[in-house]
Amino acid sequence: MSATGLAIPEASTEREKVTKKALTADHPTWCPGCGDFAVLAAFYKVLERRQLPHENIVTLAGIGCSSRFPYFVNSHGAHFIHGRAVPLASGVSLARPDLRVFLFGGDGDGFSIGGNHLEHGARKNIRLTYVIMDNFVYGLTKKQTSPTSPVGFKSKTDPTGAIDQPVNPIKKLLAAGASFIARTHATQINHMIQMIERAMDHDGFSVIECLSECVEFYPGVFDPANPRKGGQFQVIEERKGDGTPEDEQRHDVRDEIAAYRLADVPFPGLFGVFYENDRPTKNTLEKKWIETTRAKTGGASDLELLQKTFNRMK
Amino acid sequence: MGRADLRPENIRDAVIRLAGNSQDGIQSAGALLARLAGRSAQEVMTYMTIPSTISGGPSIFQVRMGSGDVLSAGDEADFLVAFYQHSYEDNVEFLKEGGVLMYDSDHVQPNTEDRRFVRMGIPITGLTVEALGGTARDKGKNIFVLGLLATIFHLDAEKLKGLIRERFGGKDESIVNTALMAFQAGYGYPVGDVLTTRYQFEISTRTGARDQVTMDGNQALAYGLIAAGVRYGAGYPITPWSSIMEILRSEFPKYGGLFVQAEDELGAVSLALGFSYAGYLSVTGSAGPGISLKTEAIGWASMAEIPLLIVNVQRGGPSTGLPTNVEQSDLYQAIFGGHGDSPRVVLAASTVEDCFYIALEAARIARKYSTPVFILSDGSLATRIEAFDEPDLKTLMQEPHPDLTPRAADYFPYPIDGITHHAPPGTRMLGGKYPVVTGLEHDEMGHPTGTASLHTGMTAKRRRKLQQLAAEIPVPEVHGDAEGGETLLVGWGSTYGPIREAVDHARKAGAGVSSMHLRHLHPLPNGLDAIFRRFQRVVVVEMNDEGLYGFGQLATILRARYCDPKIRSLTKTDGLTFRIKEILEGVLK
Repeated sequence: MSATGLAIPEASTEREKVTKKALTADHPTWCPGCGDFAVLAAFYKVLERRQLPHENIVTLAGIGCSSRFPYFVNSHGAHFIHGRAVPLASGVSLARPDLRVFLFGGDGDGFSIGGNHLEHGARKNIRLTYVIMDNFVYGLTKKQTSPTSPVGFKSKTDPTGAIDQPVNPIKKLLAAGASFIARTHATQINHMIQMIERAMDHDGFSVIECLSECVEFYPGVFDPANPRKGGQFQVIEERKGDGTPEDEQRHDVRDEIAAYRLADVPFPGLFGVFYENDRPTKNTLEKKWIETTRAKTGGASDLELLQKTFNRMK
Repeated sequence: MGRADLRPENIRDAVIRLAGNSQDGIQSAGALLARLAGRSAQEVMTYMTIPSTISGGPSIFQVRMGSGDVLSAGDEADFLVAFYQHSYEDNVEFLKEGGVLMYDSDHVQPNTEDRRFVRMGIPITGLTVEALGGTARDKGKNIFVLGLLATIFHLDAEKLKGLIRERFGGKDESIVNTALMAFQAGYGYPVGDVLTTRYQFEISTRTGARDQVTMDGNQALAYGLIAAGVRYGAGYPITPWSSIMEILRSEFPKYGGLFVQAEDELGAVSLALGFSYAGYLSVTGSAGPGISLKTEAIGWASMAEIPLLIVNVQRGGPSTGLPTNVEQSDLYQAIFGGHGDSPRVVLAASTVEDCFYIALEAARIARKYSTPVFILSDGSLATRIEAFDEPDLKTLMQEPHPDLTPRAADYFPYPIDGITHHAPPGTRMLGGKYPVVTGLEHDEMGHPTGTASLHTGMTAKRRRKLQQLAAEIPVPEVHGDAEGGETLLVGWGSTYGPIREAVDHARKAGAGVSSMHLRHLHPLPNGLDAIFRRFQRVVVVEMNDEGLYGFGQLATILRARYCDPKIRSLTKTDGLTFRIKEILEGVLK
């Protein structure tokens, strides 16, 4: 057994079911009507369906309204610093394959202050699921321009309207090498659940951009994608591989170039899975390296290994 | 004249300085000498400067080997090997009067008027090329010089050849053969033609029961971390920290662990905190500029009370500063470099050997008090090679042990009157309530709260654990007049050797000088005031600036702590380690 092998206590046979009640923690501090409530409800629903061992669920976050998420889920969790939740979560994921790592955050946390970490977490393909609740505005600090705010958006830092070109989250994620990229909308609960489940089942760095309205500082911004507000929720039709001619017209989620084209559809854009790729995770590659390295040691104990190194320095 | 005709002279220790360019491999030659000394149970200490340019530029490697206690790399060299004219010009003033100047007569024209030294011109380049044949050019002249030194200092040639085979083995067989040929050519050179004395080290009086190991400070620190049961870490390259992460990246997997090269310093500390949160005490590190980038996350570690080891291999600052020189100017940064009241522990290693043991102590403290712990090293410890008694690994090895035993319903991660011990994720919470680890001020369960009284209480809780630690730290010993006396020198970090040697020197001359070295800088051990009271003068010796008010960083802290006007300061900022002379002149003036 590896030196760092975990001595996980025997699971007792009678387990409490992971119910919504068992998952509910502090009452959310979000404003009434905030889109994030629906994301939390969808997450509870997914956990209820999946019945993961309760102690193995880990919710992590950086800073922002949406990053308060871990307080509202009764599971192991950590509320970290602004923008650095991806590397924190990477550490948890790489050291503990027994855990299910869920990461929650907003557009500022993910695309602005944490932009570099997002790129490298995606590039390294670290096994975790990251839900970015995108509201196009800084809410916790009360209405400043965010990296996804559209040109012309009037905020406290751009009183005459934003002038900088916003980030296109899907294109950024594609370029960075994220191996599962989806987009959903907080008003579409079933679609959200479906996307979170697909992300969870993906072995790699899975990211969901979830449009989640800030009712306080950017009300109505996502109505164009909400059928109940007269908008259109346009879902990507994925290729089924049924050999029919119409299937050729559907989106192949492995086609990166096609994914870029779909990501270019003007606001409110498309929803669903843009891209999925089964390339090996850093978790797997590092594990393989650890196993190969350890195989060469001939089963020596930690003490024997270090002693051998010191013998070479005599 | 054959070698047998040379007059042998017994010596106790010798300082040999090799001066050339960084690509000449003088570090390899010096390291082989150091390793030989270690293997011969001789004390050894080395000193190295490397230019910050990528390739090329002047470089020196100084080896001091001897049969007694070797505490510093030596102020002056007994023997200088100059490969180039600039090596000669830059280093000749470091040569002792009456010392030996060996130079490559193909490149160096020494001042023939200067009769202070024994001059020994040898066409090193030409002879190396001749010995190895045309294709090798002058590569190998470092090993040729090693052969020369072996014959002059009567070193064990067979042992050296063995070390050369170890050093160059595993590569192309022809490389080992070339190196051995170069060595043999140097070793067979008729030094008697140019030198009348041949030196012989006295038989070592060292009677340690244990073998010696020879390594540099970064190696000692890295292996100390392994002995301490640290199996996970993350870092980003920066001189002079990088070699620690390189070692750990290769070594941790052998022990089932992992070291990750992160995208930046902020990612590195965050990954490390992820590992620690997951239940494995982990390490990150850097030099000053990188530590600056990590400080926000270290503040989180203070608030969330996550154990973490942070290594700072200090260099000259601020900013890019003097990347390959030495300075002790990050003490304030280590102790105070954070936002808010963010208690952390700060330790400093004094020797290469101490780099090994300090990792064990830092890990013990981090685990016991669930706190970030800084380990301060510096550029001189990082690169210098020393021999020290092999550690007794059997009694020292720690196992990594995430504690996932289920926690009872009355478990609180942040007990206000106790010490935090986290339940890592994966731990079953029998009461059904799971903890959140947070950077927001929180209650005992980890839930955020802004209550004024709770912030006061929790701030005190985080401070009290350091006060509890202070009570268990041993009071440092006084070297010299333990009962008190005239002058007490106080040092920290890599100045240990030079200060101690200066004290020994001064005491031999009849001066009332003693010294004390601090390993625990934050919190300070209790009882220092009683020691200071016993001396008329307290002089803090450190490699940083005297500051606006005339006191170095530790001196300022000690003055603030003890309000004792007797505490004075001796500082310097030339990027080089203290010479014995500088300390003596500075203190006795």
